[in-house]
Amino acid sequence: MSAVFEQIFQVGFLAAIIRIATPLAFATLGEMFSERAGVLNLGIEGIMLLSAMAGFTAASLSGSLWLGVLVAVLVGALMGALHALFTVALGLSQHVCGIGVTLFSSGLAYFLYRLIFGQQSVPPSIDGFKPVAIPLLSGIPILGPAVFNQFTLVYLAILAVPLAAFVLYRTPWGLSVRMVGENPRAADSAGVSVIATRFQAVILGGALMGLAGAFLTMAQFNAFTFGVVSGRGWVAIALVVFGRWDPWRSAGAALLFAFVDALQLRMQASGLGHIPYEAFLMLPFIFTIVAMAFMSRNAVAPSALLKPFRREER
Amino acid sequence: MFRLEARTSTPAWFNLALPFLAIVVTLILCSGLIAVAGAGVTEAYGVMLSASLGDSYAITETLVRAAPMIFTGLAVAIAFRAKFWNIGAEGQLLAGAVASCAVGAIPMPGYLAMLLMALAGAAAGAIVALVPATLRVKFKVDDVVSSLLLNSVIYYALMALIEGPWKDTFSGYPISPPIEDSANFPVLIEGTRLHLGVIVALIAAPLCWFLIARTTLGFRIRVTGENAEAARYGGISVQRVLLSTALLSGALAGLAGVGEVGGVHFQVMSDISPGYGYSGIVVAMLARLNPLGVVPAALFLAAVMTGAEAMSRATGVPAFLSDVIQGTALLAMLVALLFTAYRIRRVGASA
Repeated sequence: MSAVFEQIFQVGFLAAIIRIATPLAFATLGEMFSERAGVLNLGIEGIMLLSAMAGFTAASLSGSLWLGVLVAVLVGALMGALHALFTVALGLSQHVCGIGVTLFSSGLAYFLYRLIFGQQSVPPSIDGFKPVAIPLLSGIPILGPAVFNQFTLVYLAILAVPLAAFVLYRTPWGLSVRMVGENPRAADSAGVSVIATRFQAVILGGALMGLAGAFLTMAQFNAFTFGVVSGRGWVAIALVVFGRWDPWRSAGAALLFAFVDALQLRMQASGLGHIPYEAFLMLPFIFTIVAMAFMSRNAVAPSALLKPFRREER
Repeated sequence: MFRLEARTSTPAWFNLALPFLAIVVTLILCSGLIAVAGAGVTEAYGVMLSASLGDSYAITETLVRAAPMIFTGLAVAIAFRAKFWNIGAEGQLLAGAVASCAVGAIPMPGYLAMLLMALAGAAAGAIVALVPATLRVKFKVDDVVSSLLLNSVIYYALMALIEGPWKDTFSGYPISPPIEDSANFPVLIEGTRLHLGVIVALIAAPLCWFLIARTTLGFRIRVTGENAEAARYGGISVQRVLLSTALLSGALAGLAGVGEVGGVHFQVMSDISPGYGYSGIVVAMLARLNPLGVVPAALFLAAVMTGAEAMSRATGVPAFLSDVIQGTALLAMLVALLFTAYRIRRVGASA
C-alpha cells in the first residue's frame, strides 16, 4: 500500500494527471455551459477532432502555435454555432443532431487532413508547446514541478475553472444561461432572449471544446492521428453529469478521471502480470459508467435540457 | 422575417419525397468539397455511381455492404421508436462478431454452425444493449452516454482478445483464427461475395416492420416512445418495454456482426466495422424510423461507401468524403423532417 502511495506522489505521476486532465477540463466546461443553457451537445467528439485537425494544420502551415490555437477555438465556436442552428433555432432533436455534427465534423477532419497532407507512412508532426516554469511557484517541492512547470494551455485550464464559475454564478449573462436552462418561459417573460442566450452558450461551449482539441495536437501529441480524440468527448459528457453541471465539481471529475487514466498508464508500463493492456485502456470508461450509476440518482440536470423552445407554443 | 408555423396536415407525397430531397441537398453540398479537392463534380459522382451500381458485380458489392447497415439501421430504428437512445450499435455489432466467431470456430455441421453463430451473435448484442437499458431503468443513467462509452469498452475487449488469446501465432498479426470452412455462409452467386446473410438482412426488415406495426409489443414500443406518461397510465410497464426494446435492438445489431464474420471476413480483426453502428443512426433517420425504409436508406449509404473508394482511386478525392456525406445526410434529413411538422411563413414587417 505504501508503495502505491509513493507512486502517486511522484512528480511525474502528478504531472501526468494534470496533463491528462487539461483537455478533459476544457471539454467538460464547454459541455457544461451548453447543457446549463439547456442544450446537450453530442457533437463534442467531432468538434474536438475537427478543431484538433484545424489547429494542427494552421500551426503546421504558419509555424505559429498560437495561431493554431486561435483557429482551433474559432472552428470549435463555428461548429457550436452549427449545432445551435439545428437545435436552438430549428428545435431539432439534440441527441440526433449531436451525432450528426460528430459524424459530419469527424468526416470533414479526416477528409481535409488527407487532402492537405496526403497519405504518409509517418504522420507529420510539429514542434509543440514547451513547458513554461512559473517563477517561485515551480520551486514548491513535488507540487511545483508537477503543476507549475507545464504548458501555457494547462495554466489556462486552471484559470478557466474559477473564471467559468464566476461567469456562471456571478454575472448577468451567467444568470441568463441558468434561467434559460431551467425555465426558458420565465426567462422569456423576464425579457431574456432564450434563443440568443442558448446560441451564445453553445458557441462558447464549442470554443472550449476547440481548446481541448488544440491541446491534444499541439501540446500532448504534436501530431494529428486517427485516434487523437478517441472517446475523450464522450467521457466529457459523462463528467458533466458526474460534476453535477457545476464548474468546480466538473473540474474535480476531470481530475479524478485523469487520475484513473494516469494510473492505468502506470499499470500498463509496469507490465502487471499477464493482464492485456487493453484491460487498462477500458478501465477509465468502465469507471465512468460505474461512477455515473452512483451519481445519476441524485444528479439534477437543468430541467429544460433537451427541450427546444418555441415562443409561440405555450 | 421568417417564422415556422405548425402544419395542420402534411401531404403524403411530401412525406415520401423528403429523404430524396435530403439526399439531393447532401450531394449538392458535398460537391463543394469535390471541387475543393480539384476534381470534376460530375466525373466524381459518375465514378461513384458506376462503381456501386454500374454492373451486376458492383450491385452485389453494394448489397454486401448494405447488409450490416440494414441490421444496425433496424436496431436503431426500433430503439428510437421507444425513445431508448441506443447509440451503442457499434459495440453490439462487435460483440456479435466476437461471439459468432467463437462459435464458428467449433467443428460441427455447417447449417448447425450458422444457426448457432446467429443465436450467439444476437445474444451477445442483446446482452450488451441490456447494460445501458438496465442502467437507465435502475439508476437513471443517461442511455446515450452509457451506450456510447460502452462502445469503447467492447472495442478494447475485442482488441484484448485478438492481441491476446486469439492472436494469430503463425503470422503474429492481431487477427482471430478463422471460423471453420463449413461455417462460411454460402455464396449465392458464383464469383461474387453475395452471401446468405444479405438475404437474411433483407427479410429482417419486413419482419421488423410487422413487429412494430402489427404486434402488441410493437404497439407498446410505439406508445412508450410517443408518450411514456400515457403508456404508464394505460397500464404498460415502461421499464419492461425499454428492456425488451433493448434486447431486440441489441440482437439486431449483433446480427450485423454475425454477417460480417460468417459472410465477409470469416474471422475478427480490429477494423471489422468501419463504423456500421454509427451509420445505422443515419440509416434509421433517413428511413424515418420505419423498418421498411431502412433497406433503401442502407442501400444508399452502401453505394456511397462502395463508390467512394473507386472515386478516390480515379480522381484523388479522399474516400473520407463518404463519411462527410453520411454526416451531412443525417443533418439534412433532420432539417427536412422539420418541414413535415412546420412550414416557413413570411412574416411581413407591416403585419
